[in-house]
Amino acid sequence: MTENILEVKNLKQYFPVHAGFFKTIPLKAVDDISFSIGKGETLGLVGESGCGKTTVGRSILRLYEPTAGEVYFDGQLVTDKNITALRRQMQMVFQDPYSSLNPRMTVEDIIGEPLDVHHLYANRKERREKILQLMEYVGLNAEHATRYAHEFSGGQRQRIGIARALAVDPKFIVCDEPVSALDVSIQAQVINMFEDLQAKLGVAYLFIAHDLMVVHHISNRIAVMYLGKIMEIADSDELNAAPQHPYTLSLMSAVPIPDPKLTRARKRIVLEGDVPSPLKMPTGCSFRTRCRYATDRCAAECPALQDRGNGHFVACWNK
Amino acid sequence: MSEHLLSVQDLHTSFFTDSGEVQAVNGVSFNLDPGEILGIVGESGSGKSVTAYSIMQILADTGRIVHGHVLYKGQDLTKWSKKQMRSFRGKCCSIIFQDPMTSLNPVFTVGSQLEEAIRLHTDKRGAAVKARAIEMLDLVGMNEPEKRIRQYPHELSGGMRQRVMIAMALACEPDILIADEPTTALDVTIQAQILELMQDLQKKMGMAVILVTHDLGVIADMCDNIVVMYGGRICERGTANEIFYNPRHEYTKGLLRSIPNIANMKQRLVPIAGTPINMLNMPKGCAFCARCDAAMKVCLDELPEEMTINENHKASCWMNVKAMVENGEGRADQ
Repeated sequence: MTENILEVKNLKQYFPVHAGFFKTIPLKAVDDISFSIGKGETLGLVGESGCGKTTVGRSILRLYEPTAGEVYFDGQLVTDKNITALRRQMQMVFQDPYSSLNPRMTVEDIIGEPLDVHHLYANRKERREKILQLMEYVGLNAEHATRYAHEFSGGQRQRIGIARALAVDPKFIVCDEPVSALDVSIQAQVINMFEDLQAKLGVAYLFIAHDLMVVHHISNRIAVMYLGKIMEIADSDELNAAPQHPYTLSLMSAVPIPDPKLTRARKRIVLEGDVPSPLKMPTGCSFRTRCRYATDRCAAECPALQDRGNGHFVACWNK
Repeated sequence: MSEHLLSVQDLHTSFFTDSGEVQAVNGVSFNLDPGEILGIVGESGSGKSVTAYSIMQILADTGRIVHGHVLYKGQDLTKWSKKQMRSFRGKCCSIIFQDPMTSLNPVFTVGSQLEEAIRLHTDKRGAAVKARAIEMLDLVGMNEPEKRIRQYPHELSGGMRQRVMIAMALACEPDILIADEPTTALDVTIQAQILELMQDLQKKMGMAVILVTHDLGVIADMCDNIVVMYGGRICERGTANEIFYNPRHEYTKGLLRSIPNIANMKQRLVPIAGTPINMLNMPKGCAFCARCDAAMKVCLDELPEEMTINENHKASCWMNVKAMVENGEGRADQ
């Protein structure tokens, strides 16, 4: 087995929500999830909006203080004390390339800021060289260095964001929906770049997205989340060929395929109703209110992730 | 000539901004027949939404139709007065917008907004209006419609709000429904619900639908005919099968190559190089030629005219002329 760069154990992230004047109730954004990511591996994390996938990424990097659970990075427990040092090796790329770059800073300063924070250069010349090399990595010209973020298109801004994440030479990057704000023709450019950078630098990704096709293309393994819990986790080809959890099945059948004959021939499983409010979670399995196979047992007990062989884990009583 | 339900002829729409005239739609023509689902696909800035807004004449203040005609049942809408257009909207043609969060008024109940549309466009009054509102909510699959009409938009989820928008659009039984990115803001499982609902209602009510989207998957699923737009012009049009299995414009080919699908899962994606076109600075020739791998000298200088590939398929790309010349079928003037 390959060594794990990241291990998440029983991570819980609750947010207090004011329910009355003196009363708060917990919103269970992430509820007891565990997974690991190998060195140089890409784990895809898919789910609908509000399922907690972004929160997972942010909790790992301690942008939020987790309610419970542990995160180990390279065998070392991540705590408040050592997170600043560890952020030299863990970085994040954000979804919105428009709001995640400071409009008052030049590209050179945006990419150089992590270098400044972690004191990664001896003199101005070295800083400049490092920045230019990073820009070359992500396909930006040296002449772009003195420009401001607003002068760039969405795809180029996302490249700046990626260069900033790469500046500290990290081993692990959380990519939070990095391509969903981009046009289709630009998406492919950025996906290819992520793959190239991984081949070159050996960096591991937690790739968060809602587009199953994109996630399948880029990931080695995929985890499917629903209402703060992981429902299924498996090798990406395996998950695509033989999905087991009813939620994964319906999610996959709901994705429109850009092929008229295929998409019209298949049977779509349309889920009834909406995702329940995370403040009023159903008892037992959180998916049971929309599940075709739900039984009494699903309401009584919450299924744990079970190994079905080949590293395919499923949390379901009936499948 | 048989009369089309809607016929857009050589439409030019421009926005007059401080930095100059932006020709957002640049000579777009297409026809829509009753009961047809037409897909308009393109990237952001390709002019697909502006085309839809031009039909409805709901452009921003800086925008104006500078040339061309929009014929509805043979009558030219561009010559209609504001009052006439008001009666056209809602009754003959409705639109659903991308963002159901911002297109409903937050300070009125769902019911009052729905009833307003019914009262404005039909002669129903009093209890009949409310009954129709409840009937419409029921039709779009909202549970407990009697309770829903007293709720405010913020009490509903995104999918529910989009259902309310659809109910509002269809309340007056229009002949044409324009759906501008109706599912882009929704999650996949909710998107599946809404697409299914739109297909159902289209069959039930028989209206024609113009579906504007950037999602090729949604287009493949829903549309009979497809128009592909780039840089304010139509680059290719045809039936769904022709566009997906026999693309004849380099942009369409590139678009289909660049999306991940089951067949290319293990391969590297082939992206379209470069960035989308700057509409303030349109080239003389084909708008796509700066990003096109197959671009020739003629592409830079001359706008390709629309060529007929077969009866169901037309494309505006010089590559097709090149192929014809190579096959010895060249036209006399080439």
